[in-house]
Amino acid sequence: MMETLDQLFVLLKRWVVGEFPAAWRLWLSPLIDAGAIIGVFAGLFAVTTLLERKGLGRLQNRMGPNRVGPFGVLQPLADGLKMLTKEDIVPRAADRVVHFLAPIAMVTPILLAYAVLPFGRNLVAVDFDAGLLFFFAVGAGTELAVFMAGWSSRNKYSLLGAMRGIAQMISYEVPLVLSAVAVVLVAGSLSLPSIVDSQAGYHWGWLARWHVFTPWGLAGFILFLIAATAESNRSPFDLPEGESEIIAGHLIEYSGFKYALFFLGEYLGLFAVSALGITLFLGGWQAPVPFLAWVPSYLWFGAKLLGCIALFIWLRGTMPRLRTDQLMNFAWKFMLPLVLVNLVVAALWHGTAAWGFFGAGATRWLLGGAVLWLTYSALSHALFTAPGRGPRTYRYAD
Amino acid sequence: MPPLHAYLLLSAALFAIGLAGALTRRHAILVLVGIELMLNAANLNFIAFWRYGARPEALTGVLFAMFSIGIAAAEAAVGLALIIAVYRHFRTTTVNDVNELRG
Amino acid sequence: METAFYVLAAVTVAGAVAAMALPRLVHCTLCLAVAFVGLAGHFLLLGAEFVSFAQVLVYVGAVAILVVFAMLLTRSADAPPAWVVSRPGLLGVGVAVLVFGCLAATVAGSGLAGREAPPAPEVTVKALGERLMAEYVVPLEVVGLLLTAALIGAVILALEDRAKGGT
Repeated sequence: MMETLDQLFVLLKRWVVGEFPAAWRLWLSPLIDAGAIIGVFAGLFAVTTLLERKGLGRLQNRMGPNRVGPFGVLQPLADGLKMLTKEDIVPRAADRVVHFLAPIAMVTPILLAYAVLPFGRNLVAVDFDAGLLFFFAVGAGTELAVFMAGWSSRNKYSLLGAMRGIAQMISYEVPLVLSAVAVVLVAGSLSLPSIVDSQAGYHWGWLARWHVFTPWGLAGFILFLIAATAESNRSPFDLPEGESEIIAGHLIEYSGFKYALFFLGEYLGLFAVSALGITLFLGGWQAPVPFLAWVPSYLWFGAKLLGCIALFIWLRGTMPRLRTDQLMNFAWKFMLPLVLVNLVVAALWHGTAAWGFFGAGATRWLLGGAVLWLTYSALSHALFTAPGRGPRTYRYAD
Repeated sequence: MPPLHAYLLLSAALFAIGLAGALTRRHAILVLVGIELMLNAANLNFIAFWRYGARPEALTGVLFAMFSIGIAAAEAAVGLALIIAVYRHFRTTTVNDVNELRG
Repeated sequence: METAFYVLAAVTVAGAVAAMALPRLVHCTLCLAVAFVGLAGHFLLLGAEFVSFAQVLVYVGAVAILVVFAMLLTRSADAPPAWVVSRPGLLGVGVAVLVFGCLAATVAGSGLAGREAPPAPEVTVKALGERLMAEYVVPLEVVGLLLTAALIGAVILALEDRAKGGT
């Protein structure tokens, strides 16, 4: 019974496809996958906008939206209607074709990236042998979309925002990919379902074998989260759209449905990269404790995804925005060395996997943790005592 | 599966387009773009010959294409850095205007 | 398969022609990205999955973005549309057509024309990695060295000569 519930969507799809003539099946199966992904994640997008506004409101000691429907739950509907009915303005100087194509170029690659993510046991649209590479490859398309939006608007602020956005995205893509490479090294596969499988099972019957419970996995997960925040342009890395500095960056000249598409793309990107983090480090759809393994796998995945989203909302409500030079220094001088050392630690962890003496696990943990901790403290010491970095002086505020 | 010569003709066409661009356009960046297109045409040939070759399981063509992609990335980075350096010096990116050796 | 090939070939060639012929630089770059994606599609059709994704990652994600950056840094993005049909320009096109003619004649004249593909081999990333780490380890290291040298070289080239008090 539980088995059926776990495979509910897989069986449902098989049944629906089986009802059609054989000639259609080849086309129908991917169509169903695509429809399901778009439907589920567009729905999640609507829910997240509400959760974000409510959560930010609570963090800032106010109510958040509470007018439309009971407790404001119909707010996303109202927002959507507003977006759809707004006038679509294109600046006279704008490059019309590129301006029109930019939102499409933003959303399409992100939707493609969902194809390789395993949302549950056997619940993956395409199992590429190089799935992780596919994810990063299509993710690279969004950078061009940001540039298209910024350049085609013919607006100084939007071009500046696009420049900032691209610089930030390529800088943080390096730690993002390298922290994922550590997982590939240990799991021995680029296919996301088999990376999830490599995290199956429990130590001593209770501690899940997720990569996040290893020293390199913990460090890698934290680095991955930071890089993912920057990749999806979210606070504290929302410089490309910093409202107080460059209005809304590459989104200035967009309104109505095109703006809604960008908004959707940004949130879909956030979900996709969170889902990748869950797959790589948090065991994918695996249950955290063995006695809860009967809960359907997609529910675990959804719960972890919601947890990640909550974390991102919390971060947004808590952290102030960085400056551009701080952003670049952080990526190249701090995260890049750390993530390279993390790769070495992962190799060490993998190489010492055969150790069998008593306390081998603790020794490996301490060894890896010590290397990472030493690097971390040395790096932060070097960065904070770098020449020209005296104590902060306030010129105007007292 | 299309026959091998379809791929070879496509690759030849891409090479010719890239060559035409590199010879015709005056802008340094576009010359570089033309060269990239020519490299890509070569890559397509590697993969096509690998797939239609006698021993595809040897993976030679695939590996060659991968090395070629890596080298193309290095080439693009150095080439664009050169273009930026030239722009700093001459205030132009038109290849015809950069005709002085004097620094 | 056939249809997919012809559609992709049309997209690739159209993208390449547009990348070389459009007057505005930004349009050229965007069309170049389209051509690269088309080529990646061809690689996927040919069964080289890994190369296809690497192609998109490197060419669309890195080379096209680098070109965009170079355009913005050299203020070429807003340069007036430059499309001068000149005598040397026509000569260049002529040479290219000649080259294409030679290549096409060679392809048609070779015995390869009607060659059919052998059954598709299984290309796993694992097999690729094992090759790279065993037979091709020296080229791999050399490429790594080359990329490092290119990285350092590009940084030094693009670095402003502050010592001379550059602009």
